[in-house]
Amino acid sequence: MMEKKKDIPTQIKTEPSLIVLEVKDLYKSFGDNKVLNGFNMVLNKGENLVVMGKSGSGKSVMVKCLVGLVQPDSGYISVMGKEIKTLDRETLDALRSDIGFLFQGSALYDSMTVRENLEFPMRRHKEKLGNVTDTTPLVLEVLESVGLAHTMDLMPEELSGGMKRRVALARTLILRPRIILYDEPTSGLDPITSKEIIELMRNIQKKYDTSSLIITHDMDCARVISERMILLVDGTNYAEGTYQELVKSSDPKVEAFFKK
Amino acid sequence: MIEIGELSYFAGRFFKEALRPPFEFKELLRQCYQMGNRSMVLVLVTGFIIGLVMDLQSRPTMIQFGAVSMMPNMIGISIVRELGPVITALVCAGRIASGIGAELGSMRVTEQIDAMEVSGTNPFKYLVVTRILATTLMLPLLVILGDAVALYGSALVEYYKGGVSFQLYFNTVFKALSYGDLVPATIKSIFFGFAIGLVGCFKGYYSKKGTAGVGIAANTAVVFTSMLLFIIDFVAVFISDIFYDL
Repeated sequence: MMEKKKDIPTQIKTEPSLIVLEVKDLYKSFGDNKVLNGFNMVLNKGENLVVMGKSGSGKSVMVKCLVGLVQPDSGYISVMGKEIKTLDRETLDALRSDIGFLFQGSALYDSMTVRENLEFPMRRHKEKLGNVTDTTPLVLEVLESVGLAHTMDLMPEELSGGMKRRVALARTLILRPRIILYDEPTSGLDPITSKEIIELMRNIQKKYDTSSLIITHDMDCARVISERMILLVDGTNYAEGTYQELVKSSDPKVEAFFKK
Repeated sequence: MIEIGELSYFAGRFFKEALRPPFEFKELLRQCYQMGNRSMVLVLVTGFIIGLVMDLQSRPTMIQFGAVSMMPNMIGISIVRELGPVITALVCAGRIASGIGAELGSMRVTEQIDAMEVSGTNPFKYLVVTRILATTLMLPLLVILGDAVALYGSALVEYYKGGVSFQLYFNTVFKALSYGDLVPATIKSIFFGFAIGLVGCFKGYYSKKGTAGVGIAANTAVVFTSMLLFIIDFVAVFISDIFYDL
């Protein structure tokens, strides 16, 4: 276990009733490669938490563990008070409707139109949306939230990278999630589009009152959006605090993240 | 051996998921249409040429033996029992198995399968079960179509070279055929269809990360399926021989 120095900001105390997502002692290895090595994290209601780490540091693996896409070797993961590994398939699927997931590469279904992409998650969660028969108003509403109402009948191949990311964001919103997990939301985008996406994420959080976990290695994104940050180093939460707290740290590993 | 074990497990999961609701009827119909419609022209052209060529190649030998009047019987039985199902299945293996392998492989690489999973839809049921069922249902129909045009191709040669009318040709063919020819061929086609869907889905669904993995998935799906088709064919002929005394 790594010895923590005094000038590394560490875990902030949180109010248990506000916790929407909790991770304790998460371990995951792929063969001999230990990706997560006792990772801990708490996400509070309405909070924007950024997890930063170098490429290959296990950020994406961690976030996939949270929605049951990757099975951890050991550890405790609780979403809205429900422990993920104790849930059967049906309950897990129901819980997933409360978690939006924005994938790194947008992951739009390329054989479907934008409209069909947005309608797809509604197939299994009609009750949550009040058994609506006409989905058009819902689709239009979320597309308007991301400024792309005019793209409803387009195919993903007809959209630019930034537009794809926005549509993917609209797809995560269609089920009115309480938590949104962003996996590298600005990766592969130019600086201007990145800023637009970040601004959109902030607007969405205000409009839909969501809690956000943002996985990124984009420092500008982290600076603008984070209320709290966790630095993931060697599979564990090496440092934790606000951007301002972390930027002042003299620890070499923390400093390395903030060097221009 | 490991791959065969994994494929068997995959097949077991297919049966488990196929029998458990919710059922994806709409997607199944879409897949049936896609696979049937897209492969039809290929099957028609291949079948027609096989019928023509087989008749043209066999005719001189049959004339030498003074058995040219047996041409419709011989061609009919060969096509219905063996050539029709095998050629159609091989064509579909190239067309459908590689297509499924590439499509699912690409969906895996671009995280579309993961996106389905987190949206609460079972991707195995939606993508795999529907595709395997579609190939299993559609292949026997494509085989019937392939057989029909192959016989038509042969009838055309007989008409121009031997002056045999179409009515006489098809009457002779149908008289020569028995249930022992039709039933095993149809059952065999169902297994062929299942194998094409199963291997295509298996290779695509577990495609390794990266675009190279998509190409490998498509390629190995065709190779593995073709091999499996011949094994199924051998077993089917062996069993048919026991029951129908071929």
